[in-house]
Amino acid sequence: MKKWIAAWNILLKDVRTYYLKPPNISWGIIFPLAWTGMFLIRSGSGLDSIPALLPGLMAISILFGTTSMMAVTVTFEKKNSSFDRLLLAPISFDLLMLAKTSGAIFFGMINAVIPVLLASFISDIRVASWPLLILAVFLIATVSTFLGLLIAIAVREVFEAQTLSNFFRFPMIFLCGLFLPVSKLPIFIRPLSYILPLTYGVDTMRGLITGGNFMPITLSFAVLTAFCIIIFGLNKHFIKKRWIT
Amino acid sequence: MDKDNMDIIVSNLSKSFQAVKAVDDISFEVKTGELFGFLGPNGAGKTTTIRMITGLSKPDSGTIITAGIDCSHNPKAAQHLIGVVPDESNLYPELTGFQNLCFCASLYGMGKAEREQEARKLLQAFDLSKAADRKFGGYSKGMKRKLTIAAGIIHKPRVLFLDEPTTGIDVASARALRIMIKDLHKQGTTIFLTTHYIEEAERLCDRIAFIVSGKIVATDTVQNLLKHHEGKHFLQVTHQGRNADIAERLSASFAHLSFSFSKDNTFRVESSEPINITPLIMCLEELGIDVSEAKRITPSLEDVFVRITGLEADAMRKDKEKQGGAK
Ligand SMILES: Nc1ncnc2c1ncn2[C@@H]1O[C@H](COP(=O)(O)OP(=O)(O)OP(=O)(O)O)[C@@H](O)[C@H]1O
Ligand SMILES: [Mg+2]
Repeated sequence: MKKWIAAWNILLKDVRTYYLKPPNISWGIIFPLAWTGMFLIRSGSGLDSIPALLPGLMAISILFGTTSMMAVTVTFEKKNSSFDRLLLAPISFDLLMLAKTSGAIFFGMINAVIPVLLASFISDIRVASWPLLILAVFLIATVSTFLGLLIAIAVREVFEAQTLSNFFRFPMIFLCGLFLPVSKLPIFIRPLSYILPLTYGVDTMRGLITGGNFMPITLSFAVLTAFCIIIFGLNKHFIKKRWIT
Repeated sequence: MDKDNMDIIVSNLSKSFQAVKAVDDISFEVKTGELFGFLGPNGAGKTTTIRMITGLSKPDSGTIITAGIDCSHNPKAAQHLIGVVPDESNLYPELTGFQNLCFCASLYGMGKAEREQEARKLLQAFDLSKAADRKFGGYSKGMKRKLTIAAGIIHKPRVLFLDEPTTGIDVASARALRIMIKDLHKQGTTIFLTTHYIEEAERLCDRIAFIVSGKIVATDTVQNLLKHHEGKHFLQVTHQGRNADIAERLSASFAHLSFSFSKDNTFRVESSEPINITPLIMCLEELGIDVSEAKRITPSLEDVFVRITGLEADAMRKDKEKQGGAK
């Protein structure tokens, strides 16, 4: 019980001090909006193309939203050493990491809602299964938050976290089938796509929105879950190694 | 050694950072309810020791037992029993004083009503009630320090670590703080306090360890440490003008006395016999040096410290003040 009080208050503090701040909220809305607009204009194929674009837009919103948040909530607090307080708290590293990441996961999911809302206003969106889509969004948000934490652990400064994040985020836009199907990538690049978790998330969402997935949805869910567990384990390993020095 | 009465048992603890041996094979115990002082100059390894005991840093070797719990392999094992006041004021700049205290209490599982009540009490005690709803980021250095201390004790820890609690705050606040530390001590809290203020250690602590360059050079009660000087006589001489070979001349003329000179035109004379002042003054006059004051002094812990560590107490204090001022 006591541990949960601690974890809940860590989450609550992050929500109050970071997530609900006007810059973060507006950024969380403007960013997906900008991408949506850009792709609509670029594709030029009109409103019919929206369902095809939607999975990529959702993925990009989640990816950028969650990784940026981790860079701030973790790297910033590590830098001003207030993170020491959390390391001194009598809760396990597992629970601490869950408390620190659950806010970003939740807000990452909300970031994904914005393209969906927008698309449903201007076009006809049919989703095969909303619960499965929410599950997919949840897994994508979780895996990108954990990746964001991994980056935050590796660096000391907030700007380093952002730079290193971009080093991964931008290639992922092209490699994970967000807007260009993986099948159209040169064959020697494709293996890269398959070791990136986002590929599976985008494929699942595409399957649920347009039916155009190339991997079975259950397999994708399994792979995404496995990625979450593995990256969580890596995070724990590196936290112990790099922060308890 | 009775392990049941010990709240901290540290054995052969070592820690290096690259080439620097920050802590070098130290061992000590802190009894339950004791106020233990860790006294040493900059870079002696005080903070590193606290970080290892509290689980923020991994020792290279050695064992740590806190409140009967072996923390050598699981640094988190005893964290629910300890409170830490770090040397840096590291609360959350975005939160108010009140929110900061409540948050810190919640980390130890305190319920909402209880933590809010305790937070108010502490804000009052530290004279911060008026600033309770202002953001920590806008606090002055001394206010930050006080709130950081409040945050370390809000959950009423059994063992409290205070890393230089009075550095950087004004005299009145430091006094109030020392009274508060004494109160906590009276209530039975075990306290591990690091400081570079010798007088502070002397006034507050039951026992003191001197740490220099990562090594503990002495651990004892203040009384026992002062015994080093029992039967010794000290004289402090203040003079005007200076003569390069004053040290040489005095040492040559008074072989049975030992002299220690400091830069500010004073020197100390130490002897196992009562010191006769007249010949000394005459000798100085011959050298053309006016004596403005000569007084007997009772040896303090400072003298013991200087003797045992071979360090100039003055130099240590000045070092520290420079650093404190720059923070
Ligand atoms: N993270 C670190 N990386 C490298 N060296 C370190 C680190 N932490 C401490 N040191 C070194 O270890 C030694 C002991 O430092 P420590 O902070 O424990 O001293 P201290 O007694 O607390 O000093 P002060 O009175 O200035 O606070 C110093 O030489 C310091 O430079
Ligand atoms: Mg220190």
